[in-house]
Amino acid sequence: MTTAISVTDLTKVYGERSALSHATFEVPLGTVCGFVGPNGSGKTTTIRMLLGLISPTGGTGTVLGQSISHPERYLPQVGAMIEGPAFYPALSGAENLKVLASLGGFPQSRVDDLLEKVGLADRGGSKYKTYSLGMKQRLGIAAALLPNPKLLVLDEPTNGLDPSGIQEVRNLIKDLASEGTSVFVSSHLLSELEMISESLVMLREGKVLFAGRTQDLLAAQIATLVVEPEFTVDLNKLVEIATRHGKEASVDNGSVHIVADSTWGATFNRLAFNAGITLSSLTATQPTLEETFFEMTGE
Amino acid sequence: MFNVTRAELRKLRRPTLLISTILVVAALTALFTSIVFLRANSGQGNGQRGEIISPAILSSPLGLVYGFKIVSFFLGITALCVFASQTAQEYTLGTLRNLLVRQPSRMKILFGKYLSMIIFAIALVFLDAVVAIGVSYGLAPHAKATTTAWFTATALSLLGRTFLNVLLTTLAFGTFGMILGLLFRSPISAIATGVIWSLILETILGGVVSSTQKWLPGQNFDNIAQGGSNTVSYQWSLGISALYLSVGFAIVAILFKRRDVAN
Repeated sequence: MTTAISVTDLTKVYGERSALSHATFEVPLGTVCGFVGPNGSGKTTTIRMLLGLISPTGGTGTVLGQSISHPERYLPQVGAMIEGPAFYPALSGAENLKVLASLGGFPQSRVDDLLEKVGLADRGGSKYKTYSLGMKQRLGIAAALLPNPKLLVLDEPTNGLDPSGIQEVRNLIKDLASEGTSVFVSSHLLSELEMISESLVMLREGKVLFAGRTQDLLAAQIATLVVEPEFTVDLNKLVEIATRHGKEASVDNGSVHIVADSTWGATFNRLAFNAGITLSSLTATQPTLEETFFEMTGE
Repeated sequence: MFNVTRAELRKLRRPTLLISTILVVAALTALFTSIVFLRANSGQGNGQRGEIISPAILSSPLGLVYGFKIVSFFLGITALCVFASQTAQEYTLGTLRNLLVRQPSRMKILFGKYLSMIIFAIALVFLDAVVAIGVSYGLAPHAKATTTAWFTATALSLLGRTFLNVLLTTLAFGTFGMILGLLFRSPISAIATGVIWSLILETILGGVVSSTQKWLPGQNFDNIAQGGSNTVSYQWSLGISALYLSVGFAIVAILFKRRDVAN
């Protein structure tokens, strides 16, 4: 088994609306895979099908090597937080975890360890309804970690968390991945995903736009050289030089933007120098995941 | 399935639910039992449907269990509310998805939940029995009823039978609540429908067209606790209740198993 998740032509249709259409992708075992897409693109539908909560209309899939038509075979090794945390308001955080521990047959002693791990040790005895959004989110993550999972499925785990909370979740995911846990995580915080995801699945309107290594996706995007001359009167001359050498260039906000990767930077610097222009800065920029996402999804 | 039951019992024993339910059951039982005994010498109706329960009747083995069984209908309504809310709230709180991720077998969830409700119902009926017998014993002198016959083998056998019948009535109402909870997926809708139907509509319907009493679920559920009546036999009530609940439970079990959990 080399994949944590593998789906082929996975489809879900509600009446005449297609929530997911022939989705095919794989999540390698022991890696962090980001799952991105605009609202309503089919992310939660996909996650629900992987967890056996809804039945696919078509297609096949496996989770940890077992068919998604038999979730009972793999769910004991899967931790999940779907569409935000959902717990019993009148029970404490610890009691809520104990309910789930009883249900899954996990030792009750894990509850205290997990509350400690997610930073809720001192509020574990408080009723869930008194928790802030960030605390609820942490409890959701603790619940997902109850089975000591081989695969962790997280749907927007950083919702409601403050910057330090986001960093903690990021570190937690990194730690889990380093221990061999596969993590499938959907988030709108693309900068976070860019930092932790080795692979990505991108959806739009129920269709897979990209599935593969994050590095490959970003490398395939058009890089830009951002050049600033010493004197602004040279801006148009720099555009002319770049265009003469077959590059697309434009002036934007006091700098010249040239569609070229970093390897052409030295060449351009030389060309500018030969033309008697001194550059005050030359920066090679690669589109971020966020920019790539907007470009690909047309959002 | 037993893991589900253990998890459910953890929820059922939360103080807000447990204490309020204990107080309601104890208060209702004490109230109804007190009325029977305190008005035993008034010559006016002090029993169910205006029935006169005289000191002589209260001095018989029936005196031991009359207060206990007279509250069965309200005990049933309490069970209906608890069963309905405990089932439907999983949908409204969104906690059903957590349950199903930890226990993917939906039938184990359903029957595990049901088993925990049965345990809860047994506790309710036991509390009802203790309060009713305690109040009856305390008020017997006031009603000029002797309690000698209450401690005979006949009375204890009657107590056992009554306990079983009140439990069956409580479970029947509770199961009805659970069916409504699974059907409506909203505690408010399920409880409102169950209570309005059982308390109001059935009473009106049964009062206006007495022949319908034989077919009304709530009336039959309660008739089990009373051990049958002059118009509807115990066996009929047991049979028709089992039929209604089996069909209803089978339908919601199929829905529960097949329905997508999309909230």
